[in-house]
Amino acid sequence: MKRSFVPTLLAASIAFTTLQAQAMTTVTIGTVNNGDMIRMQELTPVFEAAHPDIKLQWVVLEENILRQRLTTDIATGSGQFDVMTIGSYEVPIWGKQNWLVSLENLPDDYDVDDLFPSVREGLSHEGALYALPFYAESSMTYYRQDLFEEAGLNMPDRPTWHQIRDYAVALHKPQQEQYGICLRGKAGWGENMALISTVANAFGARWFDEKWQAEFEGEEWTNALSFYVDLLGNYGPPGASSNGFNENLALFNSGKCAMWVDATVAGSFVTDPSQSSVHEHIGFALAPMQVTEQGAGWLWAWSLAIPVSSNVKEAAQTFITWATSKAYSDLVAERYGIANIPPGTRQSTYENPAYLEAASFATTTLESMNKADPVNSTLKPSPYTGVQFVAIPEFQAIGTQVGRMFAGALAGQSSVAAALSSAQAATQRSMARAGYHK
Amino acid sequence: MLTLKQTRQLRTFLLGSLAWIVALLVFFPIFWMLLTSFKTELDAFSSPPQLFFTPTFENYIQVDSRSNYFHYAMNSVVVSFGATFLGMLLAIPAAYSMAFFETKRTKGTLLWMLSTKMLPPVGVLVPIYLIFKDVGLLDTRTGLILIYTLINLPIMVWMLYTYFKEIPKDILEAARLDGATPMQEILRVLLPISKGGIASTLLLSLILCWNEAFWSLNLTASSAAPLTALVASYSSPEGLFWAKLSAVSTLACAPILIFGWFSQKQLVRGLSFGAVK
Repeated sequence: MKRSFVPTLLAASIAFTTLQAQAMTTVTIGTVNNGDMIRMQELTPVFEAAHPDIKLQWVVLEENILRQRLTTDIATGSGQFDVMTIGSYEVPIWGKQNWLVSLENLPDDYDVDDLFPSVREGLSHEGALYALPFYAESSMTYYRQDLFEEAGLNMPDRPTWHQIRDYAVALHKPQQEQYGICLRGKAGWGENMALISTVANAFGARWFDEKWQAEFEGEEWTNALSFYVDLLGNYGPPGASSNGFNENLALFNSGKCAMWVDATVAGSFVTDPSQSSVHEHIGFALAPMQVTEQGAGWLWAWSLAIPVSSNVKEAAQTFITWATSKAYSDLVAERYGIANIPPGTRQSTYENPAYLEAASFATTTLESMNKADPVNSTLKPSPYTGVQFVAIPEFQAIGTQVGRMFAGALAGQSSVAAALSSAQAATQRSMARAGYHK
Repeated sequence: MLTLKQTRQLRTFLLGSLAWIVALLVFFPIFWMLLTSFKTELDAFSSPPQLFFTPTFENYIQVDSRSNYFHYAMNSVVVSFGATFLGMLLAIPAAYSMAFFETKRTKGTLLWMLSTKMLPPVGVLVPIYLIFKDVGLLDTRTGLILIYTLINLPIMVWMLYTYFKEIPKDILEAARLDGATPMQEILRVLLPISKGGIASTLLLSLILCWNEAFWSLNLTASSAAPLTALVASYSSPEGLFWAKLSAVSTLACAPILIFGWFSQKQLVRGLSFGAVK
């Protein structure tokens, strides 16, 4: 009797373990590395404790590698990922291709109407929502209040680019390693072209007219690019054509930039004492406008979507609903402090007085988010949506190519006129090849 | 006027100094990475860069708490050694046949093999991805071993071919006259006398497999991801993670650096006497 008990027990435990393993659903999440995503990863045990039948598996990659990896995976229907972290650019395009699961059956307590309308709009195609926003951003102006006070300058709530240039001229002291302004110069559709597109929008330019003809040779683009090259080339840090978000953040945090126009998400970085040596002196204003304020501040949302190739769609939706819920924001506030709530997605976050008090950048972020409109981002009518990008599949390649030409103009390798002329020719060629010109 | 002896001493001194400068320049990025890994994020991007600072282990602690380092390291070890072993298994007989039984097509075959290295890997990403998907090799160590073997095979065959060419044919003929089979020729005669060349080919293949990033990032997700994927996960588009990135890069480089340090004699000897002489 005693002898047969041991193997029986062993067999029973193996069977139990096997059954348990079979009952467990693994959700593989492809994501990028940044503060908010790391916190989400760290909160995995909380989610798994609340959903014991779901196990989360993380694949963290650099943004461009992740984009390439996810595109290959989704285009070939490989189903290696159950949840994908994608941006406002990809969601409508992939939604249109039927690559993503339409998120229609969200629970009532999710309160989908609490999401910023512009963000929700940006993550939808023909009215159907294809991703839930994890955090969203617009762009705004960061400036050093101490330097402005010293120089007797006042930053308005919504400066113009010409005012920004005047301030940059006054505060540019390269001998003291203090530069008037830091802006993105590194080539790439998500790098320099994100900023340059908003400068162009503010100067009244647009990427394409209503017939998808590129407009780089118009007066507006000439004004915008000449202004950008002059401003950053003369009053920016040396080697500005290699600077992206992180390089400028490092420069600004070490007190080398008097002003910086970039993503609102940087608000929590520049005010964080562990990262910034000038955290006590930061002021915030809206992104600069010029002839119009339409499209002057960009709009981007990192969001969580489910590919149709996933075999565990239900579990994946349970996870993305949790990670973008109000309850998740409360959890982050409790564990990491209220200022670390993923910004820019829910209006209720900005109705919370405790958040507004803890996050000095929150009011400007809210105003920037409210002003950003991906549907009407240009002064003249345009056939596309997107503020700092054009939501068509061809844009990624076109934007990067044009970005290289503009970075070349900033570095002094070509003139503004030559860069615009090359951009016009290259864009027209790509659009004709893609069949936009009938 | 310098004497002949003084001229020689001066030349030795100048050449020695040049060698030191080049060595320091090559080593500097590794040194800086190591140094940055012990800095806080604030110190990591301070300008001017700090050489003296209060060191912290915080980055290593964070890497340890966020990632399962040993899972990635084990994948790197299995994949690198697996691909090297499989590659040697194919490259030795191939090089043996080409070196000792040369035909009019041998040179062309060798050049064709080498030409496959000239194709940008991204050019064949989609077909290989689809094949891997269909045969269930995505995110598996077996898949990575196969692909690494294939990409390193041309270099391995070339290196071994060059070493084998230097061995007099008479030695193998003598073994053949004594009744040795081709397998015995390889195992008992060829391999023992070309240990140096085989060791350096083996080491080079290991290093190439360890450092390969394109295929490992594209063909793996979590189960088979090696250390290169772990390093990529610390690169951030929005946020300063330079110190943590340096810590994880140091951890990824350390095993192969230590391995290379202990086997440098073989590696240098093999490279200077063999294919790259």
